[in-house]
Amino acid sequence: MAKYTLKINGKNQTVDVDPATPMLWVLREHLNLPGTKYGCGVAACGACTIHVDGNAVRSCQLPVSSVKKQAITTIEGLSPTGDHPVQRAWLEHDVAQCGYCQAGQIMSAVALLKNNPNPSEEDINGFMSGNICRCGTYTRIKAAIKSVAKP
Amino acid sequence: MENNQKNYNRRSFLKVSALSGGGMMLGVSWLAAANTKLTELGADLEAFQNGQTLNAYVQIGSDNIVKIMCHNPEFGQNVKTSLPMIVAEELDVDWKDVIVEQAPYDTKLYPRQFTGGSQSVRSTWRPLRNAGAAARDMLRSAAAQTWNVPQEEVTTKVGVLHHEKSGKSAKYGEMAAKAATLTVPKDLKLKSAAERKIVSTSRKNVDGKSIVTGKPMFGMDYQKPGMLIAMMVQPPAFGLKLKSYDASEALKMPGIKQVFTIEVFPDSMERGGFDTRTFNEFVVVVGYNTWEVMNARKKVKAEWEKAPEKKEIFGGFGGQKNERITPAGLESTSEHLVKMKEMVKQSARVLRKDGDPEAAFKNAAQVIERTYNAPFLAHNTMEPMNCFAEVTDSQAFVAGPVQAPEFVEQTLIKRLGLPADKVDIHLTRMGGGFGRRAYAHYMVEAALISRQAKAPIKLVYSREDDMTYGIYRPMYTATYRAALDANKKLLAFHVIGGGIPENPVHANRFPAGALDNYLAEGWEIPSNVTIGAFRAPRSNFNAAAEQSFMDELAEAMGKDPMDLRLELLERAKTNPVGKNNDYDPDRYAGVLKLLREKSGWDKPENKGKNLGLAAYFCHNSYAGHVIEMKIKDGQPYAESVVSAIDCGVVINPDAAKNMVEGAVIDGIGCALYGNMSFKNGKPEHNNFNTYRMIRMPEIPKRIDVHFVQNDIDPTGLGEPPFPPVFGALANAIYRATGKRQYNQPYLQEEPKTQG
Ligand code: FES
Ligand code: FES
Repeated sequence: MAKYTLKINGKNQTVDVDPATPMLWVLREHLNLPGTKYGCGVAACGACTIHVDGNAVRSCQLPVSSVKKQAITTIEGLSPTGDHPVQRAWLEHDVAQCGYCQAGQIMSAVALLKNNPNPSEEDINGFMSGNICRCGTYTRIKAAIKSVAKP
Repeated sequence: MENNQKNYNRRSFLKVSALSGGGMMLGVSWLAAANTKLTELGADLEAFQNGQTLNAYVQIGSDNIVKIMCHNPEFGQNVKTSLPMIVAEELDVDWKDVIVEQAPYDTKLYPRQFTGGSQSVRSTWRPLRNAGAAARDMLRSAAAQTWNVPQEEVTTKVGVLHHEKSGKSAKYGEMAAKAATLTVPKDLKLKSAAERKIVSTSRKNVDGKSIVTGKPMFGMDYQKPGMLIAMMVQPPAFGLKLKSYDASEALKMPGIKQVFTIEVFPDSMERGGFDTRTFNEFVVVVGYNTWEVMNARKKVKAEWEKAPEKKEIFGGFGGQKNERITPAGLESTSEHLVKMKEMVKQSARVLRKDGDPEAAFKNAAQVIERTYNAPFLAHNTMEPMNCFAEVTDSQAFVAGPVQAPEFVEQTLIKRLGLPADKVDIHLTRMGGGFGRRAYAHYMVEAALISRQAKAPIKLVYSREDDMTYGIYRPMYTATYRAALDANKKLLAFHVIGGGIPENPVHANRFPAGALDNYLAEGWEIPSNVTIGAFRAPRSNFNAAAEQSFMDELAEAMGKDPMDLRLELLERAKTNPVGKNNDYDPDRYAGVLKLLREKSGWDKPENKGKNLGLAAYFCHNSYAGHVIEMKIKDGQPYAESVVSAIDCGVVINPDAAKNMVEGAVIDGIGCALYGNMSFKNGKPEHNNFNTYRMIRMPEIPKRIDVHFVQNDIDPTGLGEPPFPPVFGALANAIYRATGKRQYNQPYLQEEPKTQG
């Protein structure tokens, strides 16, 4: 066990956990932020995507001990009112079916657009290919991303 | 206005008195009980005050906010939005003023709380309209009494009651308290199609905001103070069982409280048809959090031994009992394939026979015979199986993702030995279902673990547990034969299908009824690999095999594949063979004609394109697709898809479109990549790095969805668009590559790992 002070959604939070604990479980079970989802645990589905200093990272493969001063953002912290342009685009396109993968999809999309405000079709396909949706909502995810892109 | 007495026989669930007070309806949802902050839902609930219960579906607050209960569990097919839309329509309210809540599980209040078989809308279309209409009628009656005017003169307009002659008007909220005391009316008038304002207009997912802001709503998110986490160690292969275990190392790991075993179902217990148990005995590790339990579980030293053959009796529908044999042994896919090939040569059960197919085949100038195979598939709902349970010797509370609470309730009552009123099931949102969550063994497991641990627990399946537990789409094969005369006229049709452990043949389905000489046969090979319903069971294979064969047959007959289907359907309509044909040839043909038009099938400019066609009927709806295939990076790529569906009245068009788009993508993924194989009983894929799922680069650029416009009572949409994707894809691949597809997955290659 070890103590870590983490900057989560703009707030400093301290947890006392096994250093190898992935951020996924720290968020879900120690910090009561269950919006970040468990899907595979092996960085193959994207359900657990969070931002570390604005970059999309699979939190299931990110040990808490490797997070230093970086700012962590989860779906709960994306915007104080829940109306980040990407979230609004998701609602506008009524993307979700079961919804389980969507937090991860949104976090990936936000990171993509932050670094590449006007992604090409290939850019979107490439960046989003790490996020699985068994319900098959990819068409709408892509349309929502394109609607927020700034040409 | 349509008079609707005939179908109004299940009045009991509309009874006001059946409600044990509004208290229960206003009962705290599990989310609140889970002690998590819910600002979004909270705001809505705050706006809703002094709710008056008019029936099990409708409550009206003093401020005119209407709360509509959705009785079926949601797993992405949009019932939580579309079912309340049906109620709101007849109630005549503004959709803006409606809040929706997941209803408690209660068979006294609600009919068929089961999401599956694409039946939610179909089975509740009438009851839900009645519920809305009854509440509206009671409000009108309350206004009439209050104003002392005849009820016939009281009209409604979006949440407001009017009496034109006296100029009186009142909001629903003002009359709700009085209305709640009235008896439920008998003869209800329902709106005609032309009068509808909510149904058949697109409305956004009522949980959209909660989803995009990451609110806890899934079983996995369930929590309660003092709750422990449980995970299980299951045998590494089908055909094995626990021999012994040593937990001493595991117990030394941090955060671990207990290690013990559970027996899910004793052999003496008669189980229901959905009480599938893949493994009966598990080692259970209980601790404070998932990560620690995951680690400790690796330290359990378990020894496994071969499980003997088992004969099991299952209670089926209508009291019938079915025997299932679970053989002993460690099975491999390579052996499965050999066994299936042998079985095809042996005689099978005749499922249907019309005319004299044997003679027709003997006299044929040409016989075309093709065999199609498909592997086991894992459901891979993105949320793995899980369940919360708090069980003592005297009562049980379980909360989790389940499609069929009615089934598991009976099972829990029996297994726990508790009276029905001591077993309480709460329905969480499901992160995907696809049939998998009709088999709620995990609820029983969670209940047993909680009882033994003497603590509230959440049972968590890892992805590996989930993917290797079983309940797969069965492995199927089918051989199709067609007899042609010297003029290429179709004389006879024969299908012999089998599977491990279930045969896929729908004997009374198209093209049965369109052929004078027809034979359908089936067989099964028992297996200890467990299976279950998988999005459009059996149909998801038949539509691949039969629709591929139809394409090849059309080619052999020198006909356009669209024309061949339409000719057969015309025959089935004008001069049907046999009585049990389960489809309506007109509606089937209607979908094909719509596809023909929308895909530009006959347009000269499309002649050079690689278009693949398939259409299928299942779960009471008709669906077809035309897929255009390109070759991209040396691989077939389904670039665009045109879909046509007849599911009667479309309740929520944009959500329905979403469902079809998803089914197309899921279908392409399963057909191209889906594969669960075994070696010595061990599943060869256990996570998404080895089980390939479709990802964004592989989806079509366009999916155009068209619905046949009619006013036929609505039928389901979760399953019907899925099966014909397989056939359309196979036929399109043939156009693009010249290769027919006989074996799924169509692309046999290892997945690319994605980081
Ligand atoms: S849970 Fe992290 S990528 Fe799947
Ligand atoms: S919406 Fe269900 S997995 Fe993506």
